Amino acid sequence: MIEEVLVTLRANPKIDPVLSTWSWEVPLYLFLGGLAAGIMFFAAIMVLANRQREAPFVTEKLVLWTVILLSVGMAALFLDLSHRWYVFRFYTAFRPSSPMSWGSWILIIIYPICLLQILSTFRQGYPNLARRLERFDIGALALDLSERFRRRIAWISIPFALALGIYTGLLLNTLVARPFWNTAILPVLFLVSALSTAAALTILGTSIKGERNLFTQIDFSLIAVEIFLVLLLVIDLSTGSQVQLAALDLILGGRYTVGFWLLFFSIGLLIPILLEGRELLRKSTSAFYLAPLFVLIGGYLLRQVVMNIGLHSSWVDYANQFDPQLLQLLQ
Amino acid sequence: MTRYAMVIDTLTCVGCGDCVTACKTENQMPDGLTRDWVVETTTGEYPNLSTEFRSERCNHCSHATCVYVCPTGASHFWRDTNIVLVDSGKCTGCKACIAACPYDARLIMHPEGYVDKCTFCHHRVENGLDPACVSTCPTHCMHFGVLDDPAGKVSTLLRTRNYKTLLQETGNEPNVYYLT
Amino acid sequence: MTGCAAGVRRPGTGELTVSPTICDICFWKCAGIVYKDGGEPWKVVGNPNDLHSRGRLCTRGTAGLGAYLDPDRLKTPLLRVDNNGNQRFKPVSWDEALEFIAARLRKLASDHGPEKLALFSHGSGGGHFKHLLQAYGSRSFVAPSFAQCRGPREVAFKLTYGEGVGSPDRTDMEHSRCIVLIGSHIGENLHNSQVQTFAAALHKKAKLITVDPRFSVPAGKSDYWLPIKPGTDIALLLAWMHVLIQEDLYDRDYVTRYTHGFTELKEHVRKFTPEWAYPITAIPAARIRETARVMAANAPATLIHPGRHVAWYGDDTQRLRAVAILNALLGSWGRPGGYYQQEKVALPNYPIPEYPKITARVQDANRGKYPEAYAGVSTAVFDASIGPDALYKAWIVYGTNLPLTVPGVAGRLQEAADSLDLIVAIDIQPCEVTGYADVILPECTYLERYDTLRNAPERRPSLALRMPAFKPKYDSKPGWWIAKQLGKRLGLGDYFPWKDYTEVLEWQLKQVGSSLAEMKKTGVKVFPRTTPMYFTEGTDIEFNTPTGKIEIYSTQLAKLGFDPLPKYSAHQEPPPDYYRLNYGRAPAHTFGRTQNNKYLFEIMPENVIWVHPTVARKWDLENGRYVRLKNQDGVESNRIRIRVTERIRPDSVFMAHGFGHTAEGLRLASGRGADDAALITNIPHDPIMGASGMRANFVTFLEDEV
Ligand SMILES: Nc1nc2c(c(=O)[nH]1)N[C@H]1C(S)=C(S)[C@@H](COP(=O)(O)OP(=O)(O)OC[C@H]3O[C@@H](n4cnc5c(=O)[nH]c(N)nc54)[C@H](O)[C@@H]3O)O[C@H]1N2
Ligand SMILES: Nc1nc2c(c(=O)[nH]1)N[C@H]1C(S)=C(S)[C@@H](COP(=O)(O)OP(=O)(O)OC[C@H]3O[C@@H](n4cnc5c(=O)[nH]c(N)nc54)[C@H](O)[C@@H]3O)O[C@H]1N2
Ligand code: SF4
Ligand code: SF4
Ligand code: SF4
Ligand code: SF4
Ligand code: SF4
Ligand SMILES: [Mo]
Repeated sequence: MIEEVLVTLRANPKIDPVLSTWSWEVPLYLFLGGLAAGIMFFAAIMVLANRQREAPFVTEKLVLWTVILLSVGMAALFLDLSHRWYVFRFYTAFRPSSPMSWGSWILIIIYPICLLQILSTFRQGYPNLARRLERFDIGALALDLSERFRRRIAWISIPFALALGIYTGLLLNTLVARPFWNTAILPVLFLVSALSTAAALTILGTSIKGERNLFTQIDFSLIAVEIFLVLLLVIDLSTGSQVQLAALDLILGGRYTVGFWLLFFSIGLLIPILLEGRELLRKSTSAFYLAPLFVLIGGYLLRQVVMNIGLHSSWVDYANQFDPQLLQLLQ
Repeated sequence: MTRYAMVIDTLTCVGCGDCVTACKTENQMPDGLTRDWVVETTTGEYPNLSTEFRSERCNHCSHATCVYVCPTGASHFWRDTNIVLVDSGKCTGCKACIAACPYDARLIMHPEGYVDKCTFCHHRVENGLDPACVSTCPTHCMHFGVLDDPAGKVSTLLRTRNYKTLLQETGNEPNVYYLT
Repeated sequence: MTGCAAGVRRPGTGELTVSPTICDICFWKCAGIVYKDGGEPWKVVGNPNDLHSRGRLCTRGTAGLGAYLDPDRLKTPLLRVDNNGNQRFKPVSWDEALEFIAARLRKLASDHGPEKLALFSHGSGGGHFKHLLQAYGSRSFVAPSFAQCRGPREVAFKLTYGEGVGSPDRTDMEHSRCIVLIGSHIGENLHNSQVQTFAAALHKKAKLITVDPRFSVPAGKSDYWLPIKPGTDIALLLAWMHVLIQEDLYDRDYVTRYTHGFTELKEHVRKFTPEWAYPITAIPAARIRETARVMAANAPATLIHPGRHVAWYGDDTQRLRAVAILNALLGSWGRPGGYYQQEKVALPNYPIPEYPKITARVQDANRGKYPEAYAGVSTAVFDASIGPDALYKAWIVYGTNLPLTVPGVAGRLQEAADSLDLIVAIDIQPCEVTGYADVILPECTYLERYDTLRNAPERRPSLALRMPAFKPKYDSKPGWWIAKQLGKRLGLGDYFPWKDYTEVLEWQLKQVGSSLAEMKKTGVKVFPRTTPMYFTEGTDIEFNTPTGKIEIYSTQLAKLGFDPLPKYSAHQEPPPDYYRLNYGRAPAHTFGRTQNNKYLFEIMPENVIWVHPTVARKWDLENGRYVRLKNQDGVESNRIRIRVTERIRPDSVFMAHGFGHTAEGLRLASGRGADDAALITNIPHDPIMGASGMRANFVTFLEDEV
């Protein structure tokens, strides 16, 4: 028998007994960042494929939301900082070894790209607002120019959209100290999920049947890929190290089994793929909004659940002899 | 890079926790937060037993994942050594470093919002003193010194005794050694 | 690369002030140095010139500031008032409190005589009150360090060698090549230099033999761990003697030159073979032989450690006699690696008038029992304080928390309080005993006061100074001041001619060629030895015993009708479904005095009950769950957390002593863990000197309802 206990009580808040450094803010950011990336991607692809007419909602309307979603995500990140007024420190250094540093600089570049992308279809998407903008010479010039370079802007948007989408997964994946995140499937999964949520939002928002149909098809395939990736992830972890096996146990009978399979996997993937499948087979279209709604909820749950499991999975596992709650008496 | 190491003799450590109280007072740690802790591992069945006590803290890894992950440079190596510090004036409290430490050795937030951790008592080391925990240990089982000096105390111990480090497989190259 | 962490203030960068102290978190009295950083309390560290601390304090001493900072400390004198049948304490001025006490004591002296006052004390401040008592007319002082602690050892060694082991224990471990620990759990028992010299021996690969039914910390460091059946140590000790004599491994020269009664011993132990001891102790005969040979091979640098808390089973003096004899056979008393000879400074007392003649002795309380009790027996003094023919009518209780400290008294403390005319409790924090007092006086902590000079017997004679590092917090006062104020009010001012205690210190230090100014700087002054530390080989020595020899055969015990040579007799076994209650020290705490210290609370906020996995299975006890314990007499404990561990025998359970406080004023400590003392109700007393046998109790498990 091996007994391993802490002789001196250790109960550092948010570290013991399990890491709980991050709560909803980071997952929300990862979700919104992914969503924005997906919208950028589809808006650009539709432009390049000359299918703007068929998919006006995503290319002309939804695209405005990229900056809004990103900003809300950033605000959530800001809320998560516990030394908030030092946020400017992200931009007084560039640390090539730090994904977070990359992330903060990428965002600086992505914002203007998003703006250009928005401007390039602004007159079609938001004619009233565009007219107001045109009152300023510089506004009119910006609109003219970005419309002229619409295709080029779309070309540039694609790699950045993909980078942003992957980045949300990489952020966790590079934290090798958390065995559950330590699989190369994670960034891909997050990227596909990012695209899927953007597709879902499009289905939900568009009033044009053709666009909805197109994106239902796209989403269906993306969810199928996601399901495949989840299974790959399980296989990948199961061939990993001791600590990864322990991490996998968290979703195979451990305390996150329900969270992962019932919440994320069923609600976020299984149910929507069935619903969308039925729709594509024209079995039913009455509740078309259900599937994308599930996809969006699932997209958020994926990030929340994966983050929690990752924080929970650890290299060390010491038990306290003494009741850590007693330390509250010191307050 | 100068490599500082702590070498702790588990054969004499009695698990008394003096290293913990010494750190708390020396470094004026807020109530409820600790930079070091003591683990007891018992193996076997009565009466064929063995116990090992280990005083643990940040390993001041040569390959410090916490430093690499920090977006602001707040987590850094002190003066070209392996001593890993957090500069509270640069720390945003993003907590990436905490998640990046496989030893869970960073203590979460100082109540003022920045990350706090074992400093190897660099404020003492730079005055030629041992860290507080080392200098108070009543069994004299803790040793501190520079690894690069082959004739030094810690190198000699590592050369002449069996030792281990924690979780070698993380690749972090920890610099707290346990004599066994 | 950035330099220092901007923004965070580095410790020790303010204006530093240092002052010497003597740690009072336990009775080892290590000299330390108190640091203030920018005027704020920072830390206490060991004084490098001190033999007790060797520059390092233990876990508890390092946390000493916690006592000073404790917000739950006693803040003002408190007087018990009767509020329509409800007893409560009212804060009063020092004048009122002292006058109240003086009035009662004056009346006590005139109505019953001053010898009716008893003092319970433990710790360095007690001296001020012993002085007060003697000036007043009583010599009834009693400390738990005798009958609840090392009394049996001191008596046994006095009977054998003519002198006791003393405190700090005169063990020469740093030179030992073999150490035998019988129960002593050094490492958990954290007496500082004891641990340091023990560790030094380990570093030098001394052989370590630990006899302990529990896999204690030193057991884990041992070459030989002998998991003995509890209560059977005398059998093992006799078998070891048998082997040493039978195999001719004892120190013949030493025995011939110094001892008396070897032939009787040889005859006595002839039948106590290892084979005889095996079924009693559960230690295989071969193991007993092997360990005896290891001891002999390293003798005389083999220390059979005398232990310290040895009040176990009621036959403790005899067990410690066996320990003393075993040491004599190995020739370790007075030899390097065994027991060294201590020396202290010849420090004169401040001149005061002679005390009044006192005929009453504290031993009167023993009512003819315990002939070898050279000091007061707490339980006897307690018993003699109840009822119409009580010997005592008033108590001063200085730093002794009777209910947790003296098992067996908790249940009858109210009875005693009802019978006594006055109980004065002098303490630093509200604890269980202060709840029974008529008056509570808040002493300031050791960090806020001057005290008597430490003049402890050691390897080298030395003096150490305790001086205030801080002004007393709240309305607390130093013990010397309290004693003097009481003396003045009792008309004993002549015995307290000093205005300030520093006058006493200054005078005393001058006599030995030092000064207060010097001591304030150094904290410790070491003097040269004037006597040898070990016996000079080949010379004869006169021991302070009737025969002038080391009495293997005790002529004194023979005269008193006790066994002159130790014998083994069996102790009670646990009844079915009950487990022997074993207890001991936890390194992070001192008895019951540190549970409210925030630093120590933080690393160990409660005690846990160790149970063997088979026991856990039988009773369905999960790690971390809370249970209650019930002893053989139906006494129930507070809730305590389960620790399932292989380190304990299946027939016993173990807990650290000092927890389970009920005093509400202790906000951290109150209600945390269980109190072993409350569960110790079956107490066989040592007939020779009155020690309380504390290990004859059995407990079973109850569900915790909360
Ligand atoms: N941290 C800390 N250290 C302290 C103190 C403190 O309060 N806190 N107090 C100090 C004081 S005043 C004292 S007196 C000492 C006491 O310390 P010691 O003298 O070391 O105390 P013991 O009672 O001998 O030690 C308890 C050990 O005896 C074992 N034991 C129980 N029953 C038996 C038995 O039948 N036979 C044998 N061989 N062993 C048995 C227990 O398992 C346990 O390991 O500690 C001192 N050191
Ligand atoms: N059940 C059980 N009983 C035991 C033991 C055991 O192991 N188990 N061990 C026994 C042994 S070995 C010993 S030595 C005794 C020790 O017995 P005690 O000396 O009574 O033990 P403590 O709990 O350390 O101290 C008692 C009181 O001193 C107070 N005090 C602390 N500092 C100061 C101060 O500076 N000034 C004043 N005035 N008061 C102060 C504390 O608040 C506490 O109320 O207990 C014995 N009793
Ligand atoms: S102070 Fe020393 S002996 Fe005590 S637990 Fe720490 S390392 Fe071990
Ligand atoms: S132990 Fe953790 S916190 Fe310390 S240097 Fe290594 S990775 Fe960083
Ligand atoms: S919490 Fe502070 S030290 Fe840690 S990674 Fe973030 S900025 Fe760096
Ligand atoms: S080296 Fe200093 S900071 Fe680190 S654990 Fe030891 S005392 Fe604390
Ligand atoms: S042994 Fe520890 S608690 Fe006792 S006096 Fe020394 S330092 Fe203080
Ligand atoms: Mo004691």
